[in-house]
Amino acid sequence: MSEPFVSRGFRGRRQSAAAGRLPPGQYETRDFPVLSAGPTPRTPLAAWDFTLRGRGTAARWTWEEFQALPRETVTVDIHCVTKWSKFGTVWEGVSVDTLLAEAGAQGVEPGPYVLAVSDGGYTTNLPLADVAGGKAWVATGYDGAPLAPEHGGPARLLVPHLYFWKSAKWVRQLRLMERDEAGFWESLGYHNFGDPWREQRYAGDE
Amino acid sequence: MPATSETVSTARSEPPASPAATTAAPAASRARPIAWRLASVVDVVPETPRARTLRLDVPGWPGHRAGQHVDVRLTAEDGYQAQRSYSIGSAPEELAVALTVERLDDGEVSPYLTDELRPGDRLELRGPIGGHFVWDVALGGPLLLVAGGSGIVPLMAMLRHRAIVLAGANDGARHRVPARLLYSARRWDEVIYRDELARLHEGDPTLDVALTLTREPPPEWAGFRRRIDRMMLAEVAWPPAERPHAFVCGPTPLVESVAAALVDLGHDPAAVKTERFGPTGGAT
Amino acid sequence: MDSVVRAPAGPTAVGERFAEALRLDGNAAGGIMSEVFVADLTAARATCAGCGTTREVGALLVYAHSMGTVVRCPGCDGVVLRIARTPSRIWLDLTGARHVAIPAAAPPA
Repeated sequence: MSEPFVSRGFRGRRQSAAAGRLPPGQYETRDFPVLSAGPTPRTPLAAWDFTLRGRGTAARWTWEEFQALPRETVTVDIHCVTKWSKFGTVWEGVSVDTLLAEAGAQGVEPGPYVLAVSDGGYTTNLPLADVAGGKAWVATGYDGAPLAPEHGGPARLLVPHLYFWKSAKWVRQLRLMERDEAGFWESLGYHNFGDPWREQRYAGDE
Repeated sequence: MPATSETVSTARSEPPASPAATTAAPAASRARPIAWRLASVVDVVPETPRARTLRLDVPGWPGHRAGQHVDVRLTAEDGYQAQRSYSIGSAPEELAVALTVERLDDGEVSPYLTDELRPGDRLELRGPIGGHFVWDVALGGPLLLVAGGSGIVPLMAMLRHRAIVLAGANDGARHRVPARLLYSARRWDEVIYRDELARLHEGDPTLDVALTLTREPPPEWAGFRRRIDRMMLAEVAWPPAERPHAFVCGPTPLVESVAAALVDLGHDPAAVKTERFGPTGGAT
Repeated sequence: MDSVVRAPAGPTAVGERFAEALRLDGNAAGGIMSEVFVADLTAARATCAGCGTTREVGALLVYAHSMGTVVRCPGCDGVVLRIARTPSRIWLDLTGARHVAIPAAAPPA
């Protein structure tokens, strides 16, 4: 076929969006699409804990302990590798810096890489530098309400400067690692880093 | 070419033959992955206020089995693409390939198919897909079909196939593959293929059709008036000892609850085949 | 592996789990699998490497969206197969399947 086929009269659901706020190749959505790689975990809060683990040691918080940590509310744009972006999303949660500081005080050794591990087995990897310095949170609230299970509740990682698959839903652990270890999508053809502004969607993208 | 498919295509002499195909396509054209094709829309037929049947002419169509589906792909002028799966409603014996699509109001693809597509337009699709959720008369009965909403489409292909194959048959043949359909729809005017189902039912004592209308049944309605539940299935389905082939299709929550109920009633899980359409019943 | 991330050990009866509105059947993966395999994999029998449950691929559970297709075991929810398509490649991970048995071709009619 020399010319690609075009479906007469089909436009799709996309809306035009404010230039400059959209990374390359994205379109704005007002929805909040749910993408899942597996069933929604249903860990009861009484059984839930969050760990930040370094070599040998880990800091651990129960749900009550986690709720007692200093919290922030942030408003950010989020960008999914499937090309939708959603502007002005409001999240409430604990900064990863807070967790790193508390863990450090308990003797947890940092490492240059992080592996986020979620209920159900999902994983994603990031450099430590990209979850520190005010760049990431463990979010338990969205849009003024407790984070719904289909969007990752009770708690998900939030790393808005990278494609949203890095914001692991149902996160339970951040592992500080000496070596980078590819997560669920990173080991299946997606970019290891995932910067939407450089359009790093797939392995091999510059 | 990926090594895997080359290895497989040299190790196998021919892909599985469809029992319904009357002429075998050349082996070379079936040795490739299922290709995207451009079908022509022959007709767009209203079925209910929200559902349309697209009758398609598909060049090189290899034939299909009742229960299979196609993937449909739409491409906008800027290259944006959206893809969805739709079950084939036509029997393998019919000439045109027919898809019945129910429009979801905030859907991305279904409103285009039901409201925009016209005879003469082309539609990109690939298929037929799926060798698991299929039935033909040769597999025998009894046949238990449970549909929710647009889940009736692949099951209708099975019933149409059954009717065509048994058309000239004697009572003995029909009684060997008795069929029962339990079909859940919201309203009387949303029952897809309603008149045809009535005709098939009236003309064939070995076919039972039970409807349940879950919202606003007409005042004179004497049938079921609630969502399909275990009790209704116990009443309508064959006992497990009859070992029916069961096919359940529709929105995921309905399919999961019906399949669970059938297993709970004692049916062999391996004999209960499911085709979940997702949250919206398949029309998005 | 950490206990926190073990996939929930599930009963094998369909439906004894929370309904997942987005969940589909193995048939839904038929299209993308047809881009990799000449044979129809939905009719193949797959054995889960996690718990040993054997089912036709069409009876496995599918979570699919534009990032990729994840096929899970109805017994333990473990990943049996996952596929992603990028512009230059199709990525396939079959490590969750201990083996896959594909029906031999029927002789021509």
